[in-house]
Amino acid sequence: MRTRTSWGLLVFCNLLIGAFFIWRLQTDNQQAFLPGEATHGHHQIELACEACHIPFEGVPQKACLDCHAEELEMANDSHAESVFSDPRNLAELELLNARLCVSCHVEHRPGMVTSMGVTVPDDHCFHCHFDIAEQRPTHTEMDFNTCATAGCHNFHDNRALYEDFLLEHSDEPGVLVTPLVSKRDEPEALGPPLSFGDHDAPADREVDPALLAEWAGTVHARTGVNCSDCHVAEDPKALWDDSPTHKACKSCHENEVSGFLGGKHGMRIASGLSPMSPSLARLSMDPEAMERELGCTSCHDAHKFDTTRAALDSCLGCHADNHSKSYKDSPHFKLWQEEVSGIGVPGSGVSCATCHLPRESHKKGDDKWVLVQHNQNKNLQPNEKMIRGVCMECHGLSFSIDALADPVLIERNFQGQPSRHVESVDMAVQRAIEDLKRKKK
Amino acid sequence: MTIIARTVCALTLGGFFLAALAIGCGSGGGGSGDNQESGTIFTPRMMADALYAVIESDRTVYTREVVDRLQDEEKVIKASEHWKDDKALPLPAQMFRMGAKMASDKTNVFSYSLLSLWPINKQNAPKTEVEKQGLEAVAERQKPFYAKETLGGKTFFTAVYPDAAVAPACINCHNNHKDSPRSDFKLGKTMGGVVIRIPLSQR
Repeated sequence: MRTRTSWGLLVFCNLLIGAFFIWRLQTDNQQAFLPGEATHGHHQIELACEACHIPFEGVPQKACLDCHAEELEMANDSHAESVFSDPRNLAELELLNARLCVSCHVEHRPGMVTSMGVTVPDDHCFHCHFDIAEQRPTHTEMDFNTCATAGCHNFHDNRALYEDFLLEHSDEPGVLVTPLVSKRDEPEALGPPLSFGDHDAPADREVDPALLAEWAGTVHARTGVNCSDCHVAEDPKALWDDSPTHKACKSCHENEVSGFLGGKHGMRIASGLSPMSPSLARLSMDPEAMERELGCTSCHDAHKFDTTRAALDSCLGCHADNHSKSYKDSPHFKLWQEEVSGIGVPGSGVSCATCHLPRESHKKGDDKWVLVQHNQNKNLQPNEKMIRGVCMECHGLSFSIDALADPVLIERNFQGQPSRHVESVDMAVQRAIEDLKRKKK
Repeated sequence: MTIIARTVCALTLGGFFLAALAIGCGSGGGGSGDNQESGTIFTPRMMADALYAVIESDRTVYTREVVDRLQDEEKVIKASEHWKDDKALPLPAQMFRMGAKMASDKTNVFSYSLLSLWPINKQNAPKTEVEKQGLEAVAERQKPFYAKETLGGKTFFTAVYPDAAVAPACINCHNNHKDSPRSDFKLGKTMGGVVIRIPLSQR
C-alpha cells in the first residue's frame, strides 16, 4: 500500500513539474528554460526563446540571418557562407562547419565569451591560413590568436582593414584638415509651417499650453506635422492616442525606427518583450534611471524632439559606465560644447550620438541623403567596425586603428593619445615599397 | 551589388537555365518525361561540358566587351578588386565568383570555381589531388581534364577546363599584381582552370 502511494506521489510530482514547464512555456517569462546567460548582444532578448530557437530543431541559420544578414551584406562579409560552400571544402567543414554562425558563436556559455562579445575559437584563422607566414614574412612571429584581437583583421568586416585601404589612407594625420561630420537632412515637409494656434488637438481634450509651445518650436511644426499626425490610434475606430508609440514615428521615420528596433534600445520591443529599461542592462546605469522604459520619446522627448538633448543628455541620463562618465572631460565634449554654443561650425562637435548613432550618407544616382543610424550594434563590436563610418570623418586611419585598439584610452573616453601602435598600415606601406622595387628590377 | 553586377549575374544564371533546358529537352525536344521515353542519357561529362560552354562564353564576353573595352580601350571606367569602394567594375574573376555564389545559393546539383596554380589569392590554389592534376593537365595540354573524386565522403564528377587570358586586361592585372606569383602571363595562354563538380552520390 505504501509503495503504491509512493509511486502515485512520484507520478503526481512529475505531472506537476511537467505542467509547470508547459505553463511557463505559454508565458512571457521563460527564465526557467535558460541554460546560461546569453552574450552581451543577445541578453536583452534571452527570454524570447523563439526569437532564435525552433522547438526540437535547435537554432536554424535563418534565425541569425533574420537579424544579421543585412549587416553582413553591407560589411562585404570576408567569410560569407559562399566562401565555404564549395565541395572542395567539405573535408574541413566536417571538422568545423564554418557555414553556420552557431559553429563559432555558441550562446548561453558566458565563460567562453571573448572581448568581442561573442564566443569564438581563439585560433579560428589557423585552419585555412596556417601558411600565412610564407606569403607575409612579417607575420612569422605572430600567434594565430592575435589576428582578430590586435586591431589588424576581423573575420567578417574588414572594410577599414584591407591592405589597399590601409595604403590609400596611410599618410593621413591624426586629425584631418576638416574634421566635420555630415549634416543631417531635414525630413520632407508634410505641409506648410504651423504655429501655436494651428494645432489640431481635439477640442474636448485639455491640452497643456506648455506642450503646445514645445511642439510649436520644433522641426515638426516647421514641416507641417500637426498633433493628429502623431497621435494616431492603432485602433482605426479611435481618433486619438494619448501616448503614441514608435509605430506612429515610423510613418515618417521608417529608417530610424527600423534601426531602433534592431539596436540595443528597441530589440526587446521587436521581440515582443517589454521595452528595454536601464534596470535590465548589463552596463552600469544611473540608479535613478532604473525604472525608465525606452521608446523614441524617452530620448527625443514627447513634444520637444530636441536632437541636441537626444545626442547627449538623454544618453548620460541613463549610462553611467566609466566611458560615459569620462565623456565630459574629453576633447570630444569640448568640441560639442563649442558647436552647441555657436563657436564651433556645424558638424564639428562630437556627442555620444556622433559615434554610437552615426550619420550615414546615402547616394542613389544624383540623390544624396544623410540618415542617423539608430542601431548601435552596427558599429559597436568589434570596434573596428566604427573606423570608416565614424572615426574617419575626423581622424586619419592609422590614428583611428591605434585609438580603438587601446581599451584604457576608450575607457577614458579618448583623453590623451593611443598608448600603442598597430603596425598594419606600416606593413602595407612596406610591402608597396618592396613591390615597386621588384617591378623596377 | 551594382546594377551591372546584378545584370551580368542574371545573364550568367539565365545561361545556366538555358543550358539545363537544352540538356533537359535533348533530342526528344520535351521535358524530362520525354527524355526517359526517348531513352536519351546525359552523362555528367556532357552536363559539365554544357555548363562550361555557358560559363566560358559569359566570362569571355564580360572580359572582352565590358572590362577590356571600357577600361583598356575606351578608358571610360576602371575595373577594380575593390569595385564597391572604387565605384568601378568588378574584375572578371570577381564576376565569375559572384555568379558561382548565386548559382550555389540556388542549386546543389553542380558547383563551379576558378582556380589556378598561380593564384593571386592563395585560397584559390589547388586543394585536392584532382584539382592539382587537373590544373597541371590543362596548363600543359589546354584540353579538359575529367576525374572522379571523393570529398567529405561524397563522390563527385570533377571537370577541369583551361582558363585562358582572353584579353589584355587579364594579363595586365595578373602580371602586375603584387600578390601574383607570376609576371609572365601571355595573351591566349592558360592562366588557371574552371573546375566544375557534379555530385554523383548523396553522401
